[in-house]
Amino acid sequence: MTATQEKAERGTRTRLVTGPGILLVWLYGVMSVGAVSRSIYQIATEFGRAPLAYTLSAVAAVVYAFITYTLVRGGEKARRAALVCCAAELAGVLVVGTWTLVEPSAFPDATVWSDYGYGYLFIPVLLPLTGIWWLRRSRTAA
Amino acid sequence: MLDALTVAVSVAALALAAWCGFAAFRDQSTKDWHFIGMAVVTFLVLVQLIVGIVQLARGEKAEEGATIFVAYLIGALCAVPIAGFMSLAERSRWGSATVAAGAVVLAVLEVRLHDIWTVG
Repeated sequence: MTATQEKAERGTRTRLVTGPGILLVWLYGVMSVGAVSRSIYQIATEFGRAPLAYTLSAVAAVVYAFITYTLVRGGEKARRAALVCCAAELAGVLVVGTWTLVEPSAFPDATVWSDYGYGYLFIPVLLPLTGIWWLRRSRTAA
Repeated sequence: MLDALTVAVSVAALALAAWCGFAAFRDQSTKDWHFIGMAVVTFLVLVQLIVGIVQLARGEKAEEGATIFVAYLIGALCAVPIAGFMSLAERSRWGSATVAAGAVVLAVLEVRLHDIWTVG
């Protein structure tokens, strides 16, 4: 092994984007782009119509973008941060999902997390579960 | 024209998803042939983007607004190439699975594009 390779090995953080991780990063990336552009557009053009729904979409967007970043960055700290965010995301989907079902009148328009992510093929509720599974497994491997 | 393209892209995207999904199932990474398939799908989406912009320029209206329409067209154009590059970084079945997921995302975007363009 050459000196540069050794250096590269020592400098490498726990990579989170190998194997199934790459698929996870892709899906989180897609959700980030979707949620960010959607909330920017809605807040810029029609915020007054459903302030609560659009604010919640914006929160979801920030969470997705942050998880994508931590997954790409890798390392133990990022892994823990991502784990916390996945848990927060799961809680968010469950709370907002239940909220939209119990009290639809509070939501004149849908959020990303409405009806447990029904409008997004339930990806919002499946993603944090796979995310938590993957992040926990990465620790055991490391 | 646009409707025909939307159907063509959706069918091509689903075929690509099945093909790359099959590769992932057989524990194979993406091969040259898969990349040619991705190029074909991306070319179709590029044509769709151009046709869409031309239609708007000629004064036709997208039902849910031109901004959303163009944003979705650009998003549709990016989906498969980005997944393709990610599969170059991950030379395993998971790279193929990522391309398959990208193609499914494209098919979903096509359905949305149809809604955005059409009245109803």
